[in-house]
Amino acid sequence: MLSAHPIDVLVAGGGNAGLCAAMVASEAGARVLVLECAPRDFRGGNSRHTRNLRYMHEAPDEILTGAYPEEEFWQDLSRVTKGKTNEPLARLAIRFSAGVGRWMTDRGVRLQPPLEGTLHLGRTNAFFLGGGKALVNAYYRTAEHLGVEVVYQAEVAGLEVKDGAFSSANVVHEGREYRVAAKAFVAASGGFEANIPWLKESWGEVADNFIIRGTPYNQGRVLKALLAAGMKQVGDPKQCHAVAVDGRAPKFDGGIVTRVDAVPFGIVVNQDAVRFYDEGEDFWPKRYAIWGRLIAEQPGQIGHVIIDAKPIGKFMPTVFPPIVRNSIRELAEALKLDPGVLDTTVERFNRSVRPGTFDPGALDSCTTEGLDPPKSHWAVAIDRPPFSAYSLRPGITFTYLGVEVDGDARIFLKSGEPTRNLYAAGEIMAGNILGQGYLAGFGMTIGTVFGRIAGRKAAEHAAR
Amino acid sequence: MPLADLLKEGERIMIICNACRYCEGHCAVFPAMEQRTEFPPRDLAYLANLCHDCGSCYHHCQYAPPHEFAVNVPETFKGIREQTYRQYAWPRALSGLFESNAIATAAVVISTIVLLGFLAVSVAAPGAMYQPHEGPGAFYEIVPHDAMIVLFGVVWMFALVAFAVGFARFWRDSGPGGKISARHLGRATLDILRLRYLDGGAGDGCTYPREAPSQARRVFHHFTYYGFLFCLASTTVAAIYDNFLARKAPYPILSAPVLLGIVGGVGLLVGPIGLSILKFRSDPVPNPRSRLVMDVTFLVLLFLTSATGFLLLVLRSTAAMGPLLALHLGFVLGLFATLPYGKFVHAVYRFAALLRYAVEKPAS
Repeated sequence: MLSAHPIDVLVAGGGNAGLCAAMVASEAGARVLVLECAPRDFRGGNSRHTRNLRYMHEAPDEILTGAYPEEEFWQDLSRVTKGKTNEPLARLAIRFSAGVGRWMTDRGVRLQPPLEGTLHLGRTNAFFLGGGKALVNAYYRTAEHLGVEVVYQAEVAGLEVKDGAFSSANVVHEGREYRVAAKAFVAASGGFEANIPWLKESWGEVADNFIIRGTPYNQGRVLKALLAAGMKQVGDPKQCHAVAVDGRAPKFDGGIVTRVDAVPFGIVVNQDAVRFYDEGEDFWPKRYAIWGRLIAEQPGQIGHVIIDAKPIGKFMPTVFPPIVRNSIRELAEALKLDPGVLDTTVERFNRSVRPGTFDPGALDSCTTEGLDPPKSHWAVAIDRPPFSAYSLRPGITFTYLGVEVDGDARIFLKSGEPTRNLYAAGEIMAGNILGQGYLAGFGMTIGTVFGRIAGRKAAEHAAR
Repeated sequence: MPLADLLKEGERIMIICNACRYCEGHCAVFPAMEQRTEFPPRDLAYLANLCHDCGSCYHHCQYAPPHEFAVNVPETFKGIREQTYRQYAWPRALSGLFESNAIATAAVVISTIVLLGFLAVSVAAPGAMYQPHEGPGAFYEIVPHDAMIVLFGVVWMFALVAFAVGFARFWRDSGPGGKISARHLGRATLDILRLRYLDGGAGDGCTYPREAPSQARRVFHHFTYYGFLFCLASTTVAAIYDNFLARKAPYPILSAPVLLGIVGGVGLLVGPIGLSILKFRSDPVPNPRSRLVMDVTFLVLLFLTSATGFLLLVLRSTAAMGPLLALHLGFVLGLFATLPYGKFVHAVYRFAALLRYAVEKPAS
């Protein structure tokens, strides 16, 4: 049942961004209602699958070592987005992330140094003790303690917006429709990655072969309602965070465990049994997020990583066992690839490998010569049986298409005018900053920073 | 669930956990898991006994039921622990006492009470059972000194041998040799004395009985086991007084055995009550009620042992002293006799697992 109390700030979405907005608005004295479309067990959107957050700091703090100043953060971001970003908003996200670790611990989140197997993130990223669901639980506890009202399985079906002013939302809850009026509205309902028909609008039928790593509840309904109500769109509908995941992963909600980190240790072939990209271009943590897209562009949206016996045990354990055979031909048959072609691909690769010193901790000297595409590092002959393979699919984490906002998290109208009382935070506006590419832990930074801004501004507007 | 299914389930969830590792900071189980890539029964026995059942990994798990992966480490490990208690029990013929543990324990304790009662009635002078006795040696007019020494000595020695054999069997299975140093022993002991792994990893306490972090479990467990240790100390001091200093029980209130016993006894009243309440309030998904029987049986036994001790202390100068002494000693004997075949053994295997963890932990 939805309460009949008058609401100051209505928050759509109970993930990290929505909860940050709700807590801040409530701390500022606003009466806040959070609508979470998932049931309680699956609350928190994609935040329940996250594990860290990147934040700027000028000096070491309780968790992070060294310093991670604004300029370096900005350079890191520029590199991955290749300039496709809104610089003022990006710099705002970076600057406002300073000291956020303390703000989070004050609200019940517990941070820890990097986990085993998470390379080189000790200076830039704080990890959540227990992972994203622990963070989500802590924020719900804090929000409820502050007096924030939360309704689960409540979906926003439509918005009443007139002349850039929000008045109420149509909410479906337990089979009934309600009109919920509020003085301000915060959209924090994530991307639309779980909406396969919507993905097909830009990707075509191939989207049927995508695996959605996160929540099945991110259907993009609020985003659609906002666009229908005349808000300005930002970002390319095809752009998203996509990694290579095990093809046996569940269609939705498989999360972190479905990833396969074997790529730099072998070669990746498509269903024609030929290679298509440099597997050793850079360190895996810097490259894992491009492989989803690379595989999405292959025929049948499938790739097969092939390794021999040498790297077993050198990469993170996988949740599904590899397919193991004693020869490349047998492996090809098991993968339904042409055995002759795969044999040739592996043989040509092996012949092109130059002697070097193998070192997974460095951009080592093991490289190929005369091979197209090359394998720039960690190129070692695949010759010691048994041979193992994992079949990979594109695993979509979240989409970048969203609504355009200003530095106050206020949503713009198509006309370019800012709305009066509509705000956005998290994945639904991440496309302002992430035109393409990704930086580990930055989604949570955007959600936290803009969630806090949206909550404060929405509460200020409501108090007027 | 049959053992084979439990082990299969344990292996299944450890493979998921090992590919995730988000819980690494909560306790010792996950760092220990990360040193393995396969999870055969002996490793599962080790990991399950390293688990303090704090619930953090369940409440923080994005794969916990109703997710289709249905990862429920606390429940699965509780099941595997119970199996290891049986498997490592000595003598094996008595491992059946873990089955229907409440009934088995009650049967043993009733037998020991009857035995003590019978002993008292047949030994005490006619009519002496129901008369007040005072002054040094008063207890021995009900239960003779030598009978007490023999009875309790034999049962206690038996229990110690059972613990030692269980420990050795667990140790042999839990890993390759490993040299135990004083540092390892010290570390494991400190982990036990502080209940380090009930702190949730950040000191807020564990997610027990429900999702919010709380120190309640740790506090009541401290009451219980420090209570137990104080009572053990009380008995030991009394034995020294009696056998070496020729000071005969009962002792005055302001004597070491009685003061230690009072402190310990309070712990054994408060702790078991608190822990029992928490158990009944706990989330039933990681803590299925069927798996709480053995725990509650032991808590009830501790509580009754302490309660009869206090009754005896308060009424020891009245005519009720005789029957109460027989009753209390019956409980104590029953408690000692059932220690190796009930919840108490978790202390033995937990210590062994923490010791193994200290030994195998890579220097960090």
